[in-house]
Amino acid sequence: MRVVVDLNRCQGYAQCCYAAPEHFEVRGHEILFYDPAPPEAKREQIERAQQACPVRAIEVESAGLTEEAEL
Amino acid sequence: MIGVQRPGIVVVGASLAGLRGAEALRDGGYDGPLTIVGDEPHRPYDRPPLSKHVLAGELAPEATELPQLRSLRARWRLGQPAVALDRERRVVRLADGATLPYETLLIATGARARTWPGEGADLAGIFTIRTVEDARSLRNALAQRPGRVLVVGAGLIGCEAASCCRDLGLDVTLVDPNPTPLARLLGTVIGGTLAGRMRDAGVDIRMNTKIHSFSGEKGGVRRAHLPGGATIATDLVIVALGATRETGWLAAAGLRADAGGLTCDAACRAMTLAGELDPAIYAAGDVARWPNPLTGNRPMTVEHWGNAVDQARHAAANMLARPSEQPPYGHLPAFWSSQFGLNIKLVGLTEGADALAVVQGARASQRFLAVYGRAGRSVAAVSFDQARWLPAYAEAVAAGSAFPPILGATDQPRIEWLEPGFPVPRRSTDQAAPTLEAAHG
Repeated sequence: MRVVVDLNRCQGYAQCCYAAPEHFEVRGHEILFYDPAPPEAKREQIERAQQACPVRAIEVESAGLTEEAEL
Repeated sequence: MIGVQRPGIVVVGASLAGLRGAEALRDGGYDGPLTIVGDEPHRPYDRPPLSKHVLAGELAPEATELPQLRSLRARWRLGQPAVALDRERRVVRLADGATLPYETLLIATGARARTWPGEGADLAGIFTIRTVEDARSLRNALAQRPGRVLVVGAGLIGCEAASCCRDLGLDVTLVDPNPTPLARLLGTVIGGTLAGRMRDAGVDIRMNTKIHSFSGEKGGVRRAHLPGGATIATDLVIVALGATRETGWLAAAGLRADAGGLTCDAACRAMTLAGELDPAIYAAGDVARWPNPLTGNRPMTVEHWGNAVDQARHAAANMLARPSEQPPYGHLPAFWSSQFGLNIKLVGLTEGADALAVVQGARASQRFLAVYGRAGRSVAAVSFDQARWLPAYAEAVAAGSAFPPILGATDQPRIEWLEPGFPVPRRSTDQAAPTLEAAHG
């Protein structure tokens, strides 16, 4: 699955790091480093991180997207 | 046309703006045919990590693919650059000769990295950072541990690349014609603070320095030549000289398009050479030059992540609205950059600022927020590891509040008043409007 964080919005509250510590990490005072491609099996944890974000900066690929045609 | 599907909407450009624009069309209720054209063979991916974690080897290049936030039911034409636009027949022509008819077109072709314009450009070992393939090639070359890396251009991308190289333990020289890194973006006072941080990290900073040409041995780059005859030895060069807008395919389209962008009105509708609007064509992201109501309606292009998202969504909403119900797109430019362990964020437009006040924290601690003023108004704010103060200042900048906008806050023991120290503006050659340099962020 794919994840992107709007780092203009991110204020380094680090709530995502508690919800999904293997996939989000704060470095230094406020630099967020995150895994943009976590395994689908971790979706529940990643969505918890998304919901924990006080500034709503985390966007997650919508579930069950069917592969679309490349014509 | 009986039995033939109507052409529907074509999005040219399959990066952040193209993807978010396509999603917004579906979110807005558009149910017709949707085609997305991309010159690269990849699904939309995120560029900010390329000059940071991908170079550092922390993220695989392919991990940067962007999340799709909803089902698009789109036809993807990837690896096929659009090469021409015929507005009369309403068709886009692709490199393979195919023609795509459209009813409405969203142009989100972005920008391309400026390559080395001088002598030595054909030598091996000279890289740019714009695409995922650029980042993959550069990452592979850095993993071979070149002895001496030379970064040309101390804008955001150049500085981030220098930071990654130091993290990898490589010798780095950073060259720029301005007095400090990020001088045009942040001024030389704030740029000087960053320069100090870079020196502490072991970067060999050569400011006020231009490169004349490169020469090499056995086809690989070995030396940079300065105009006075001095040389800098190098094994790998990263050219970070900004980007030019991807408008070459519009050359014969009769639109106001050049290397500085495609001119639009405030509602993101493309303008023809005759100065009229083409009601079927919209633009968004790096390529769009529009009069921004938040900065006095001056035409500008903004090559930042947030603008790609916001402008694409705005343009998409207007594409689905009646002509009389298409509001102007007002945008407060913003970017972030992580480098040398610092989180640097900016909101607003520093161009033309005549005053600077460090209003939270202190430069000496390298943790502060500074506001830029112009004629007594707050026009921008920069934070070094002080992001939580920034939203309040962003609001003040958007509102055009007096400079400085906030006084007496707890963390304001002593405000430092300065002149920002912007270099003399370059003469504009290929563009009529200011461009906020590529941040990838």
